[in-house]
Amino acid sequence: MVGSRKFPLIFVGILLYIFLLSPIFVVIPLSFSNDDWLAFPPSSWGVRWYLEILSNQGIIRSFWTSLILGAIVTVISLAVSLPAVYAIKRSAMRGSDAVLNFFTSPLLLPSIVLGLAILLVFAPIGLLGTYTGLTLAHLIVTIPYAIRILATSLSTLNRSIEEAAATLGATPIKVFFLVTAPMMLPGLLASAVLCFLVSFDEVVISLFLVGPRLTTLPVSLFSYVESHSDPMGASVSVLLIVFTLVFVFVLERLMGLSKALGK
Amino acid sequence: MGTRTDSSFTSRGVALALLLPAFAVYVIAFILPVFKLGEMSFLLSAQGGALQNEYTFSNYVNFLLDTYYLELIFNSILMSLVVTIFTLICAYPVAMLIHVTSPKWRNFLIIITISPLLVSSVVRTYGWMLLLGDTGVINGLLQRTGLIDQPIRMLNDYSGVIIGLVEILMPYMALALLAGFGRLEDSITDAAASLGANAFKRFIYVTLPLTAPGIALGSLLCFVLSISSFVTPRLLGGGRVFLLATEIYDQAIIELQWPMASTLSVVLLILFTITLTAYAWIARRGA
Repeated sequence: MVGSRKFPLIFVGILLYIFLLSPIFVVIPLSFSNDDWLAFPPSSWGVRWYLEILSNQGIIRSFWTSLILGAIVTVISLAVSLPAVYAIKRSAMRGSDAVLNFFTSPLLLPSIVLGLAILLVFAPIGLLGTYTGLTLAHLIVTIPYAIRILATSLSTLNRSIEEAAATLGATPIKVFFLVTAPMMLPGLLASAVLCFLVSFDEVVISLFLVGPRLTTLPVSLFSYVESHSDPMGASVSVLLIVFTLVFVFVLERLMGLSKALGK
Repeated sequence: MGTRTDSSFTSRGVALALLLPAFAVYVIAFILPVFKLGEMSFLLSAQGGALQNEYTFSNYVNFLLDTYYLELIFNSILMSLVVTIFTLICAYPVAMLIHVTSPKWRNFLIIITISPLLVSSVVRTYGWMLLLGDTGVINGLLQRTGLIDQPIRMLNDYSGVIIGLVEILMPYMALALLAGFGRLEDSITDAAASLGANAFKRFIYVTLPLTAPGIALGSLLCFVLSISSFVTPRLLGGGRVFLLATEIYDQAIIELQWPMASTLSVVLLILFTITLTAYAWIARRGA
């Protein structure tokens, strides 16, 4: 009975999944077009536009910028979020829920508004097109995730182990670094991955803050496909998708990412 | 409570010191900017990009009197409503399929559903440019098979923006719906069937009301994300789609009219607040 009732649902489901995944898969064939401009089907196939990327200094430089920026943002996000979460969850502080909500509130604002607001403050003090400016702006969208994940991770820990260490004479600092932090490792890892991906993919806020000499990969891809109609955008897109897949896959293999995110 | 203080610290000073670095980042890159945005919306630009030194309501007055801006608001709201409805229609069967399938397939389908979120929205939007363009994949295939002579125009138009946004927002809607499907069990629909309700009646009177909280949450999320979306309307609209978010960017970056861009941002935030309040009201009435 169930099987026959499910059949139309499965059919519709497959069509909808094709719809959902089509824009991701369509860039693959078109990235192997050798034509001067985008057309389907391409008149000749090859890796011409992948080779063009190598000689496009703008794209290459923005890739490195995104990589470095993502790494800096991830490290600082964890470095400021971990103490903050510890204070929120482990002190006798009143109103800790309000503090937690305050730290996640930037996610409620549309990126376009946040980007403009940050531009208004950063432009007069010369932070446009600088690592400092981009880092500070990205932190505002990565710290909320880091704090949320770390707060969950900390509140699901078994307190009795920390208490045992404290009873045996460990100072609060020793308890934190030798007991609490190692137990939070899956949470730390999950927030690091998420912070990096959020920073690496961020585009709207960055659009307001990049300069001619310093721009990120999503922004340069955005500008490129807005003004060019050749297949290089597709080649860059494929490399971006492959990069993300490899990044997630390697982490999954190394440290069981899905377990950490599932917690 | 005695054991609690053993491993927690009671000193307020220590707690504040631990919060300080994160708080400092928020002051510089969040609190100051938001206040600056509010202030800027009451200023006027003078000649040469400078700002006049007095506060005025004239940006807001201009906004209310200029039919162009009112049209932006109307376009944004209408387009977001259409996007929300289509996203709901597309995501509902997906969420339903995940809900009724066996646990083994369930995880697989959930991963496929959320994996597009890992791909940059620029890439996904670009994929739609490749699919919908005049020389794109869909027109190419249709012309090859002889179904059409002239390419169908889907890009640089509202239709393209709507298709792109529906696809981009589908994972969010599906997850929100799925979270609300918990109350839906086979036994309930089976009971309705045994009492003589046909498939249509079962859906309208049993399934739909039970999944209403998920529908409300998913729709809120979609509406809010759609009205504030920028990348997709910009790339798929090709400058012919006029929305609040694209106008904020144009005013700020191209026209360098920061005060008007700020005023439009405040208007967008007001729309957000109204939407959230309406949702809270509906959710409370439903409960």
